This record gives sequence, structure tokens and C-alpha cells, in this order.
Amino acid sequence: MKVRYFAWVRERVGHAEEEIDVPADVESVADLIGWLSKRDEGYAAAFAEPTVIRAAIDQEHVEHDAALGNGREIAFFPPMTGG
Amino acid sequence: MKAWNPNIRVQRDAFDLNEETRRLVEGRGDIGATVAFTGWCRDEDERLAALELEHYPGMAESEIARIANEAAERWPLQGLTVIHRTGRIAPGEPIVLVLTASAHRQAAFEAATFLMDYLKTRAPFWKKEHAAAGAQGDWVGAKGSDDDAAKRWRRA
Repeated sequence: MKVRYFAWVRERVGHAEEEIDVPADVESVADLIGWLSKRDEGYAAAFAEPTVIRAAIDQEHVEHDAALGNGREIAFFPPMTGG
Repeated sequence: MKAWNPNIRVQRDAFDLNEETRRLVEGRGDIGATVAFTGWCRDEDERLAALELEHYPGMAESEIARIANEAAERWPLQGLTVIHRTGRIAPGEPIVLVLTASAHRQAAFEAATFLMDYLKTRAPFWKKEHAAAGAQGDWVGAKGSDDDAAKRWRRA
């Protein structure tokens, strides 16, 4: 699955995107956040407050309890500040 | 069924309101009102040198289109334009344009407000500050008041 990061999530993780093999027991957005945050300090800092993190699967907003399903791309980012 | 498609652009370049308005109304005899909202980059009491606008390419456009189509369903609009800039934007430069056209003013005003409220909270753009003193700026935080503004449009 392709994972993309934006704004301060990207800065803390240290890169804008990557390809990952999602383990079988990682089924939801929340599971993936938990799994990623164990990778290293950067990921841990990016996901330190999971409730503020927004997610999109295949470029559509989703909640943290959403299943990863057959999604090809998931993105993590802070609350949006455009306009 | 509406006979027009929203004009949506995500671009680095600045835009010209008069030009965009002319494009929207040109050759049309049915439009009675246009409402334009322009969001500008402020210097925050000279503290800011610029804003850097990051976006999620693809999703930014599709999310604006989704919001625009919802506006077209809810109000009797005859056209609309949304332009959102990305990249480095200096104080005094425009960031975003929402332009709505309708037969009467109320729909044009309300739809423009709705579009901006939803853009703020749903369109994937993020602002980073560049401080005037050369210091490393920080990411702009989301405002609870923007969430509240978007919530008031929720349908029961």
C-alpha cells in the first residue's frame, strides 16, 4: 500500500511517501497508525496525538475506524488550513 | 440537472477577479448576481514574510469538486469558480477565490459562504508560515471556529 504524508506529519516522519507491506493483523486506519508509530522516533512524534491526525483512503476522507480494505493509497495529515 | 460544470483550478499563479468574473458571465443573459470571495495573505502585524501552501494533488481538486457539486445541488446556481493557489504566497497576494453566479443574490451569497466554510475544513491544503525575521516558521493551526462554521450547514 502506498502511504503519503503531508504538512507536519510529513516533516516528522521524514519523507513524503513510501510503499509498505501491511501486516495481516493491521486492518483499520487506527491499526495502521499504531503500527507505523512503533517504527521509529519520527513516526512516534508524527502520530503522538492520534486523535488530531486526519486520514484519506484513495483520496477520500475516512474515519480512524475505517477498514483499509482494498485501498491502494492512504494519506495522513493534520487538520486542514487552506482557504 | 444543471447545464454547467464548476470551474475548479489549483494553481501556483495569481488570479484576476475581473477576468474570472468576465469568463463566468460572458454571453449569459440569465445571471442576475455574482458574489466573489477572495482570501488574502496577511502579514500578521509584519511578523510574516510569506505563507507556503502545501496541498494533496488530485484530492485537492476532487474534494473541491465534491463541495462545488453539493453547492450546486443545494442552491439554484448558474455557475461557479473556485481557484486555490499553492506554493509561496506573499502578504498582499490572493490565496483563494470563490465566485458564484445565480439569478438572485441570496443563492449566490449563501453558496459562496458554504463553499468557503467547507473548503477550510475539508479541502486538503496546509499553510506554513515563513517568519519575517528569517526564523523558522510554524504550521498554521486549524481553528475550532472554522469547524463550527462548517457544521452549521449540516442537513438534518
